[in-house]
This record gives sequence, structure tokens and C-alpha cells, in this order.
Amino acid sequence: MVHADLKEYIGKLPSSIIQELEETCPASKMKKVAKLVHEEFENSRISPGEAVGLISAESIGEPGTQMTLNTFHFAGVAEMSVTKGLPRIIEILDARKTISTPTMEIYLHAPYNKGKDIREIAMRIKETNMESVAKDFAINVVDLKMETTLDAEKLEKLELNSKKVQKILEKALAKEANVELNGDKLEISLKGKEKDLNQLYKLKEAIKDVYVCGIKGIKQVLPVRRKEDYIIITAGSNLKKVFELDFVDSSRSTSNDIHEIKKILGIEAARQAIIDELLQVVETQGLNVDVRHLMLVADTMCISGDIKGITRYGVVSEKASVLARASFETPIKHLIEASVIGEIDYLNSVVENVMLNQPVPLGTGMVKLVSKK
Amino acid sequence: MTEVYLDGRYVGDVDNKEDFVEHIKAERRKGGAAEGINVQLDKILDRVNVCASKGRARRPVIVVKNGIPLLTEKHIKQLHKNEISWQDLVNQGIIEYLDAAEEENSLLAFYEQELTPEHTHLEVSPLVMLGLIASLVPYGNFTQSARLSIGSKNQKQSIGVYASNYLVRMDMDVNLLHTPHKPIIKTIIHDLSNYERHPAGQNVVVAVMSYKGYNMEDAILVNKGSIERGFARSSYYRPAIAEELRYSGGLMDQVCPPDKDVKGYKSEKDYRFLEDDGIIYPEAQVKEDDVVIGKTSPPRFLSSLDEYSLASNIRRESSVALKHGEEGAIDFVMLTENEEGNKLVQVRIRDQRIPEIGDKFTSRHGQKGVIGLIVPESDMPFTSRGIIPDIMFSPHGIPSRMTVSQLMELLGAKTGALSGRYVDSTTFNAEPMEKVKQELLSLGFRDDGEEIMYNGITGERLTVRIFIGSMYYLKLRHMVANKIHARARGPIQLLTRQPTEGRAKEGGLRLGEMEKDTFVAHGTSLLLKERFDSDKTIVPICESCGMVVIHDYVKDKRYCPVCGENVDINDIEISYAFKLMLDEFKTLGLYPKLTLENKY
Repeated sequence: MVHADLKEYIGKLPSSIIQELEETCPASKMKKVAKLVHEEFENSRISPGEAVGLISAESIGEPGTQMTLNTFHFAGVAEMSVTKGLPRIIEILDARKTISTPTMEIYLHAPYNKGKDIREIAMRIKETNMESVAKDFAINVVDLKMETTLDAEKLEKLELNSKKVQKILEKALAKEANVELNGDKLEISLKGKEKDLNQLYKLKEAIKDVYVCGIKGIKQVLPVRRKEDYIIITAGSNLKKVFELDFVDSSRSTSNDIHEIKKILGIEAARQAIIDELLQVVETQGLNVDVRHLMLVADTMCISGDIKGITRYGVVSEKASVLARASFETPIKHLIEASVIGEIDYLNSVVENVMLNQPVPLGTGMVKLVSKK
Repeated sequence: MTEVYLDGRYVGDVDNKEDFVEHIKAERRKGGAAEGINVQLDKILDRVNVCASKGRARRPVIVVKNGIPLLTEKHIKQLHKNEISWQDLVNQGIIEYLDAAEEENSLLAFYEQELTPEHTHLEVSPLVMLGLIASLVPYGNFTQSARLSIGSKNQKQSIGVYASNYLVRMDMDVNLLHTPHKPIIKTIIHDLSNYERHPAGQNVVVAVMSYKGYNMEDAILVNKGSIERGFARSSYYRPAIAEELRYSGGLMDQVCPPDKDVKGYKSEKDYRFLEDDGIIYPEAQVKEDDVVIGKTSPPRFLSSLDEYSLASNIRRESSVALKHGEEGAIDFVMLTENEEGNKLVQVRIRDQRIPEIGDKFTSRHGQKGVIGLIVPESDMPFTSRGIIPDIMFSPHGIPSRMTVSQLMELLGAKTGALSGRYVDSTTFNAEPMEKVKQELLSLGFRDDGEEIMYNGITGERLTVRIFIGSMYYLKLRHMVANKIHARARGPIQLLTRQPTEGRAKEGGLRLGEMEKDTFVAHGTSLLLKERFDSDKTIVPICESCGMVVIHDYVKDKRYCPVCGENVDINDIEISYAFKLMLDEFKTLGLYPKLTLENKY
């Protein structure tokens, strides 16, 4: 039940503040405190006509000049190389479709999050192909056959056996070859009438890449301890398949591929991912940028419901003003396209008005004097 | 078998490489082989490299045999008596020059007492690790090495007597110190390099103290009395040069006072110093725009059509005048001819430079600073003996820079000045500080250099003792007079109608893209507009087609070239750069139509 003196502030103050007041403020002083809190709250809001975008740009850009381009590596420590620093920031802001180092952080449900079978789980997530479960590949020239010995130990770890592998291979090579199980060995012979040694060699190479188990796209796995939990860090990302696994805590697991997050979890999740990823870079560089600047950037990137980079194809191409677009990159292209459709520039924003030497509609230039006749 | 290479080219093989190398070295020392060759035995590649090419950096060292240097006391005595020379020592194989390759096979000792039988050479002096200018820094071995580099860099920029025949030289852009001193604190390099023939600084009394906050951030305070007595006064020389060039058709330039009907004639006042030959007279006091050499040139374009017309035969004015902000006295006039035999006039303009706020000074320890305030002598603090410092230097410059040598110079020069002698401060080989301190004590001063001082304004005793001493100070050639620049209005560019760029052209200070952003971010929109008003123009626009119309000033009529005369025409205020951009749109084949709207 809300305190009587607080009722008038419902809707005027955020619910979190009302709740905090309720929990911490003595009831007798509630009225006075609530009034002061409301005043403070109103004062801390950004006033109309403040150039928030420009201030964000400066607040991110200035510390950005101090960022170190080279990231540090530590000898002898198991780590995966992940793009960090300025290159990563550029990658996020450009909204690249293929990022240079996709990674995932996979959180697990109990009891696995306490380290139970963590290696086995990690191995099961990792994409495995024939080459890594087979001991060797031999070619029997006389019978025009290929023989493969499987690594029983590895198979067991992956909860597989030779029979299952035979099935997988049969399925994958249904058109080209027959696969038979002979003890521990797999015998593979070509289908069709004309048998050729060359074809067999090609088949041998093809078989090495046949997908056996695990999650496609996960190239490397690394179980690590993060505070209380054991988590799995991966190179390569496949959110959809990972979320399907029952031991994965999908509420905490993430990827650093923003486009993938958008596809699987939606635009709001992508927006949060942009903020988190930017903040992570900024913090590891030891810089001090207010989150709200990053939030504004993420908002502009996601406002259309799709992720748009801060490039001439992305956010900038959405600008209403021809002159503003032309002043960014490829001016002639923008001008000519605008003239073809007869675009009108209403001079509503900053850059255009600077070009014309007119007051920009911000701050002191925003207000106008209206007189009665 | 080991391969032998001469300057990188294979010349043959030797059986015993060590003997071969030693043989060449021995022959070189005896004079049997040329002095200029070096040999290196490359043990990794198993080859002998003999170098005799030019361009190798080589340095002299003393040859050592069995741990005993070949240079003996006898040689040194002979050197002192001038009986033998350096070259004799080289010829006798006592001193030899090593290059980088031969150094690889050698073991050098810094000091004689370090010698062991394995050593092959001994350094002439540890001072050779420094360059010429760096070894001019006193007590260099007591300072952070970075300060040594900065100190030597600063000395290169100092004003001194750059050449003793300066009076008869026509140098461009040079400075000359009026009353240079020999440094009291000197090094052996000062003697060897004949420093007293071309000194570059003055001995001044320096107090390490602050004064009203005017010497924070490396600024220094200077006594006005010292300046009036001639401290750091210098001359700045700049030349004015004019040539009589020849042009096609037998035409040529003419050095003479220009006629009034010459194209581009300035005003009579500007030519007032010119004598009949068109050249200024020595010791004329000139200011900006005054003509130094009067000159006229033939008309620029001679087409056959208007060859006989009167207008085309008018000559052009091409005199040499003082630029904006320049002034001085005419020092020297020289008439000669150039390589092609054309008349060449060179005039040297001298400008006296008295130290002013903003001029740059430095000690020899990388402690540079500009004058922050010139203090009247009556307001300067003084010691109990009545000594008034010339310069006050902030103590905050000392701890982080760790220039201990600066403090040592202050103390050493104080002793030297009081006892009337020079103090040797050669790096690695200076007079011991203990001795200097003892001497200062015996002269009746505290041995730490501190003295009781009194506030020059109130006469009160300062509560702390002040570290005060003498020091060699250098005036650097960066003076405000050459750099000061401000503009409210002035020349503009023809194309853009925006202010010109640079001090020489009296240009504006550009408010760039990022600076503009700060105005926008601050919300000062109208201030930003005013700041960019430098190229604003009023342009008449046709309401019907939205393009710039023609204003015929002769008939005082405005008409649109597209829509004719019967249209509404209204003035708008835009930046000229935008008008230019609209024109460029038209060249692209785009139609930039402006739709006007009432502003209010």
C-alpha cells in the first residue's frame, strides 16, 4: 500500500523511486522528502532544446581518442582472441553482419553450473567432424575401398558409438557411397558402376569434413569459472541451437553477435546487447563514459525495428535533410538522387542551418517570438 | 679457410684468420697500411670484413697492450708543450679510430683503473659518449638523461653571437645577442670549442622562489631594472631583396622611386624614405608598409592588339615593403649583381628586441620558460646584502624534472662569481661539490646557497630562506614580437569571401568543425551564427523560380534571368559559401530552388 503523501506522485516519479521512498523514508517526513525528491527529479531531466546527440557524440568521441589500439595478451594463459578496443567499437557501430570474432558465453543450469561434467558438456557443444573422431583414413587400392578406424575413447566422451557414426555417415553420403561397419572399422565403398581411384581420394577429403555431432558454428570451447558459476566461452556463435539444449540456462547465456541476437531474441535484446558490448569495451579501456550516451546510440541504431549502423547506408541515410546527408559522405550521389525525385529540404535540423548561416534550432535558436497583430 | 671481404666484395681466402686480422691492425698502427681501414672478424659467419669505404662513423680510442695504455704521461707532457700533435699520436699507433664493425671485436674500458689484460682499448674520456651540445650542459652526469637531451635542444635555439663577422654578412632571419657573457660555470668543451668567441647567454642572479603567482607553470619573472640595464637585449635581422629581372622583348625591371602613374601606386607617404636611386638610406626608422626598395616592372600581358594603346604601357609597381607588423631600422644596404648579371639590391633591416612578457628563456638544463611578469626593481625581493635577483624561477619546476645539475650550477656559479673565477663543471669530471661548498662557506655565505631575503614591496623579512645564486641563462629565438596575432576585421579571400589564413596575411582564427560542435552542444545557437557571419551576404531571390536574380546597379533594377521583370524579388541573408554551393549545384545540372518563407 502506497503512503498517502506519495499518492500524488504516482505517474510523476518513476515507480522505483516511489518504492525506495516507501522503504527508506520515515512516514512522518514523507511529504517534505517526496516534494524535494520530485524537485530534484524534475531538475535532473534534460531540458528541451538540449543537443543530446551531439553531447553523446562528444562524450564518446573524446575518450575514444585515448583508446589504445593494441590489446594486451598474456603469455601462457588460456584465452581466446576476441576483438577488443577501437576495432570492436567500430564493428558494433557499423552494425557489421559478420563480425570478426563471434563468441558466446553459455551459462548452465544446476548442477552443471557448479562444474559437474563441465568438460564433457563443453565437448558436446563443440562442433565435431569425422576428422576428429577417426584415428586414421586408409585407402584400399585393391578393393577400391576406404577404411576408417574410429577413436573409441573419443566416441564415448561424445556419447556416440561406431554404429551411430555409421548412420551419420550413411546419411551424409547417401548419394555417393555405402558405409559398412566391420568391427571397429568403417568400410566405405563408392556407389555407381564406374569406380575410380580419383573419386575415392576426393571422397576421403569430403569425409573428413562430415559433421558428426555438437553445435554447428562452435569452433572452440573453453570452460571457465566466472564468480560462482562455471560457464563455457566459445569461439563461434549459434544462439538458436545452444538454447535448445536442456542444460543451458538460456536466460543468462549470450552471444556477441548483435544481428544474431536480433534474429533470435528480438530488437529490444539487440539494443541491450549493443549497450552491453559498448560498455564492456569502454570499461576495459579504463574510460569513463556515461551509459546514457551509449543508450542513445543504441536507441538510434534500433529505432526502425532493424539494426542500422552509423554509416551512410544506415542511420545517416534515414536523415530527412538532403543537405545533412550530403554533408556526411558521397555528397554528389545524395544530391543527384534528391534532385531526381524533387526532394525538399525543410531545414529543420542542425547541419543544414549551419551551412546556410542561420540559427540552428537548438538552445537559444529554438525559441521564436510570436506577436499578435 | 676463411673468406675475406673488402667493402662487402669477396677478394680471397686466408688460412689463419686471427693472424691475418692482427697483421692488418699492426700494419695500420705502424703506418704500413692506410690509417683509414678497419678489420672485423665475424665469428658467426666465419669471415673477415675489411672496411675502407667512405661514410663510416669512426671514433678515436687509446690502444691498450696487456692492460697498459700506450698513451703515457710523457706523451701528455709533450702534448702540453705542443711538441707533438694529435696526428702524431695517431701516426704512432697510440690512438686509433674504430668503426662500428671493428668495435665488435674490441673490449673498451671507460677508465684507466678498469683495465684488465683482456682490454684492447681505453676511452679517451667518458665525455665522448655525449655530443658537442650535450657536453655543454654543466654537471650532465647529475641529471636525468631526458633533460640532457632537452637541454642541448634548447641551447641550439639560443640567441648568441652566431659568427664574429656578422657585420659584413647578409644573413636571412638571424638574431644577435647584445652583451653576451662567458659562462662562469664552464666545461672543457667550452674551452675546446672556443665558446668564448661565440657565447650565447648571460650570467644572471637567480632566486628559486615564487612571486605573486606570476611564475607558475614554468613562467619566469624578470627584474625590470635588469632589462633596462641591457639584460637579454638582442637584434633581429631580416633582409629585403630586389632583383632587376629581364623579360621577353627587351623589357626589364627598374629599381627607382615609382612614378605616380604607375599601376598599383601606394601612397606618397610609403615611399618617403627612398633616395634618388630608389633605395632606402641606412638608419631610416621604418614601420609596416614602408617601401624599402622601390621597383617597377613592365606590364604583365603584352598582346599585339593594344601594344600602342596608352593604358597598356603603364608599368607595374613591384616594390619591396615591410610586411604587416614588421618594423626596424635599415642596417645595411648592398648593391651587387646576380649570376645573370642583373642588378641585385639587398637591404638588411635591424630590429632591436628588448625582453617582454612572453619571450622564451632557458637555463642549460632543459628548464625553459617564458616571462610571466616584468617586476619593477623596487618591488623585487632583496637579500640582506642588498643583492636583487635578475630572474625568479619557480621551485615547482625542480622535483618532477629532477634537474639536480641546475641546482649545482646555481651554487657553483655563486661561488665562482664571488671568488672571481671560472668553475669547471665538465660532465664526469667536475670540480667536487664539497670543495665548492667549502669555498662558499669561507666567503661568508651559507654552504647550501640559501640566504635571508626581504619582501621588496613591504620590506618584511621572508619567513623562509631563499635559494639564490648565479646562473647562465639563454634567450631563445622564439619571441612574441614574431608570433603575436589578432584580428577583428581584415583581408578576405576572393573566392569564398572568408577571412584569409595565417599571421602573414593578417588572417582569421578558424572556428573548425569540432569547435562548431561545442557551440551547438552548449546550445548557444545565435552566438554560433554570429561567429560564422564573416562571409554573410544579402542575396536577392526570385519568388517564382527560387534562384538568385540579377541586380543591375547602373539602372538600379532587379530582374530574374528566367522569369523576367514582373516577379516578386526578396532579399535573403545567407553565407556566401552557401551561395557558392548553389552555383556549384547548377554546374552539376541540379536545380536548387529556394522557397522563401517569412522569418517572423
